[in-house]
Amino acid sequence: MTTATTTSVSLDVRDVHLAFGPNRVLRGVDLSVPRGATACVIGPSGSGKSTLLRTINRLIEPDRGDVLLDGRSVLGDDPDALRQRVGMVFQQFNLFPHMSVLRNVTLALRRLRKLGADEAETVARAQLELVGLAGKANSRPAQPSGGQQQRVAIARALALRPEVMLFDEATSALDPELVKGVLGVMADLSAAGMTMVVVTHEMGFARQVADTVAFMDRGVVLEAGPPEAIFERAEHQRLRRFLDQVL
Amino acid sequence: MDPLSTLWETFFDADAMREALPEMLTVGLPNTLILAVSAALLGSVLGLLLAVAGISRSRWLRWPARVYTDVFRGLPAAATILLIGVGLAPLGMQVWGPDPYPLGILALSLIAAAYIGEIFRSGIQSVEAAQLEGSRALGFSWADSMRLVIIPQGIRRVLPAWVNQLIALIKDSSLVYFLGLVASQRELFRIGQDYAATTGNESALLLAGLCYLALTVPLTHVVNWIDRRLRNGRPATVSTEEDDDDIPSYAATEGDRR
Ligand SMILES: Nc1ncnc2c1ncn2[C@@H]1O[C@H](COP(=O)(O)OP(=O)(O)OP(=O)(O)O)[C@@H](O)[C@H]1O
Ligand SMILES: [Mg+2]
Repeated sequence: MTTATTTSVSLDVRDVHLAFGPNRVLRGVDLSVPRGATACVIGPSGSGKSTLLRTINRLIEPDRGDVLLDGRSVLGDDPDALRQRVGMVFQQFNLFPHMSVLRNVTLALRRLRKLGADEAETVARAQLELVGLAGKANSRPAQPSGGQQQRVAIARALALRPEVMLFDEATSALDPELVKGVLGVMADLSAAGMTMVVVTHEMGFARQVADTVAFMDRGVVLEAGPPEAIFERAEHQRLRRFLDQVL
Repeated sequence: MDPLSTLWETFFDADAMREALPEMLTVGLPNTLILAVSAALLGSVLGLLLAVAGISRSRWLRWPARVYTDVFRGLPAAATILLIGVGLAPLGMQVWGPDPYPLGILALSLIAAAYIGEIFRSGIQSVEAAQLEGSRALGFSWADSMRLVIIPQGIRRVLPAWVNQLIALIKDSSLVYFLGLVASQRELFRIGQDYAATTGNESALLLAGLCYLALTVPLTHVVNWIDRRLRNGRPATVSTEEDDDDIPSYAATEGDRR
């Protein structure tokens, strides 16, 4: 088990629209992730997957629509407080290179959760151990391999005890042999009951771990359903063509 | 005396140097360091404020920072020091008396801040947007993200340019002699100049020059050293001989991947 997540909540994205200037990137996205479930979002490049994740934790404010955690809209909340409830992991890790691995994890615990130095370190070390990196606490983030860095990034997000986790192509920047370890941590987290939205090109992961697979295309979720339905009985031509290309 | 040995005597008169040396080291050197170090500290603090104002989203911060930088980079240092040191002297007189140092340090700091502000700003702006996004995603405010994540990385990247600015400050500190110094306030240059004026021999001034070089040349090597370190990445704090396979048990997901 990667973590005990008794606190995860349901996530609902309702009719979210977003345009960058004339570029209408999200055009009415709906996505429901029940408490403890994992939704994998697949789709072609430029379809708006990353943008969708960023509207969920309001790194980008949607133009229209709603985002609900546990049935309650979060658009009126303080965005910084919201982001402590919604953990996010990026393709490029975004670790802070000027701090040790340990401090990457303790920084938010100390500054945002106001934990004392000792307590923060205890929490951080426990979290690093759960992702298999107990021995790396004192290294600089650039020293561990890419796979380890991404696991540090996951530990950093999990240390804040988020209620929902977002993963944006968390393994796309990794060498093939390192992908397994990171996907393993994510699968553990899913099994432990975390509510997760996972943007991924790893169809094997989507098939085995996802409760729902959502296919995004040109700014909408064109088709969503259990993995078997999506992978075996796709309704839309565009989804079938996409799957033919990636599988 | 032939012209060559006259020239030699003018610059390398050992007795003249020996005579100037004690005052150079006990009065001039400490004063130069006081001027340069105080101006470096104040100038760096002001420079950081200018840098942050310069990248602010509010034009009411951006604009004044821009104008300030243009003005203080554009004026000759000597003019700024005279304008501030003489212009504000009546005010200074009321606050701390006739001592020209506070105003000299203020003028040097204001000049240095304009340059250091630009150096810091370029460093801060070179930090990838992803760092800010990573920090915001953790729940840090914009201000906390700047303070904890962006600014420390940005400044690290421009440390060589910052040290170059300290070198410039050490040299520019000689300009406070414009403000009229009593004997105990004289810095390296002024002491060298005084000896040269009274003896008609430039050796003491040359000695002052050597003192400046003794301060600045090691600093240029510090610049190069920092530069190398930044380029090659910092030395390892902890060796990482462990393998990547200390991962926890997990549900099998790799079966049909790729
Ligand atoms: N900050 C931004 N400003 C302007 N346009 C943006 C911005 N971010 C994304 N876009 C545009 O929005 C569209 C969707 O981008 P997004 O990154 O969400 O796609 P994606 O599905 O994640 O693609 P990929 O698989 O390549 O990561 C693209 O056309 C992109 O150019
Ligand atoms: Mg993307």
